[in-house]
Amino acid sequence: MTNARYALARTAGAAAAGLSRITRQGDGTTVGGRITLAIDPRALEHAAGGRDLALVTGTNGKTTTRSFLVAALETLGPVVSNAGGANLPTGLTAALARDQTSQCGVLEVDEPFLPRVIEAVRPRAVTLLNLTRDQLDRYAEVRRLAGIWRDVLTGTGAPTVVANCDDPLVVWAAGPATDTVWVAAGQRWHDDTSVCPECGGILTRSGTDWWSDCGLRRPVPAWLTEDRTVLDANGVRHRVELGVPGAVNVGNAALAAATASLWQVAAADALAAMRSIRSVEGRYLSTTYAGSHVRLLLAKNPAGWTEALTMVPAEHQQVVIAVNARAADGRDPSWLWDVPFEQLAGRYAIATGERSRDVAVRLRYAGVDHERIDDPAAALAAAARLGPVEVLANYTAFQTYRKVVGSAEPRVGRDD
Amino acid sequence: MTDPVRIALVFPAVLGTYGDSGNAVVLTERLRWRGIDAETVAVEIDQPLPQQADLYVLGGGEDSAQALAVSKLSDGSLRRATDRGAPVFAVCAGFQILGETWLDGRGDVSPGLGLIDCRTDRLEGSRAVGELLVAATERGIGVLTGYENHGGRTVLGPQAQPLGSVQAGVGNGDRAVDGAMQGSIVATYLHGPALARNPALADHLLTQVVGELTPLDDSDALALREERLQAVRSAGRGGRRRQWRPPARDV
Repeated sequence: MTNARYALARTAGAAAAGLSRITRQGDGTTVGGRITLAIDPRALEHAAGGRDLALVTGTNGKTTTRSFLVAALETLGPVVSNAGGANLPTGLTAALARDQTSQCGVLEVDEPFLPRVIEAVRPRAVTLLNLTRDQLDRYAEVRRLAGIWRDVLTGTGAPTVVANCDDPLVVWAAGPATDTVWVAAGQRWHDDTSVCPECGGILTRSGTDWWSDCGLRRPVPAWLTEDRTVLDANGVRHRVELGVPGAVNVGNAALAAATASLWQVAAADALAAMRSIRSVEGRYLSTTYAGSHVRLLLAKNPAGWTEALTMVPAEHQQVVIAVNARAADGRDPSWLWDVPFEQLAGRYAIATGERSRDVAVRLRYAGVDHERIDDPAAALAAAARLGPVEVLANYTAFQTYRKVVGSAEPRVGRDD
Repeated sequence: MTDPVRIALVFPAVLGTYGDSGNAVVLTERLRWRGIDAETVAVEIDQPLPQQADLYVLGGGEDSAQALAVSKLSDGSLRRATDRGAPVFAVCAGFQILGETWLDGRGDVSPGLGLIDCRTDRLEGSRAVGELLVAATERGIGVLTGYENHGGRTVLGPQAQPLGSVQAGVGNGDRAVDGAMQGSIVATYLHGPALARNPALADHLLTQVVGELTPLDDSDALALREERLQAVRSAGRGGRRRQWRPPARDV
């Protein structure tokens, strides 16, 4: 009975997705998943079908880390995954329903949906990256999300948790879990963890260590990152050569390798497999536009922007800052003032996107030479006329830029 | 040589969740642009409040952070500053804790610092989240624009005057006003940050410290204000009060 219902739901979802693609409404993932779930409310569980899954969640780095982990696990065989970044139950259902044969899978999950997804798919492992302020008009408080995670990582049949011990909110959320692999993946952003999530007292930091008077403290990591190296759980040091920039991605690679080790993939093999990844759904995409080298960076919140600013190479003297404030971005761009744009002083910035005026005011107070150009394509063209450009964009503005550089027929994946 | 004007940014890591630390940047830079030596002094939660700052800035924060900030400031340090007439600009959670009482995360009434004659309890229904327009009571400041995000209802007592009347949004959630002015304190629910979006309010505060100010070219901030005023007035309200919903990034 149940299987017949799921079979029907899956067929209807696939048909709707196909129709959506034909009529160019979208790639059909979300609408297909929605229809499948409407017909069979337990479709996510049925689509998972007892397969061997890993979930990846956190405020920043979900898509990149998922992609690292897929590369590592593909050394063993085919892997099903929600490529495209549709990370709500609808998208997960569609991804799993499309590929019924791969026995292993990696799913990135939007933070508040972790309980529902764990319940439905019963994963072997859950990888927790970080938790920082994001879309405060929706979530209000980041600690609330940590509390939601905390409640589902314990009990019989709970997954193995692979977690970043440098984020106190992650450590607190993973606290009740019985089987945990701690990874020192690093965290530059500390502004959401001045206060202990357990007791509300002051959280003390010293170097990489941190602790609270109530007893919550940084666990001893099994895996370490240090500059461009990863020290695995056996104490073996690996030099990490990635095709994507940023210290934060060395941490993401370590988390992915630690997760892959639960499938008995050797750290060296896992890290080598990640090397070929140069761009993940437009993130870090290097291309040419109006004769100049252009690279796209996605940053959605203060922690993400703070990391992204460290990735801008010295030769990229032109920076496009593109910011929207739609529902998916968060309606309130006040967070622009949590980002150290002062670091761009000396470069030339172009403010664009639907909230370019907010960006322009922020850049003026940051002492960054800039102009404001409403149209994203015109903004990029103006910057590219002057030389190599780094484009930093928040969520929906980034989607616009993928189209802008896409229409210029870029040479995808080049990295120089 | 005179000492620089010191803007104390009070506990930015716990009272700075909504970008409100930007208010201190705005105040400091607006003095520097006029050739007046100024600096922002960030006061961390484990440090004592400096007694000689010229202006104090407090921002929004989460419930547990609010409790911690109150416990640190209960030593009378901020009261001594206001007693000598030092201006204080406080936003959201920073506003609430300056009052007589506020509600903590568990919904219990907690004593505040008692510097503003007001009491904060819970708004009826959902949080106030969205664009907020406030017609300032003080002359020369005009309409204030910003973004509010709070669950508190703040009722002013007779010693406190409102910062202004609400034209769109919720504000204090009582008598259609926002914020409070009492002595040298100015408080509001406006984020944005408030002083970046409303340079006239920033200069109003700075005038208390350094006297009359030369005008600046604020055309970019004026363009931003114009855009926000228009967005709110044409949409009725840029973002209505709404309840928590799952994110819409999955598109």
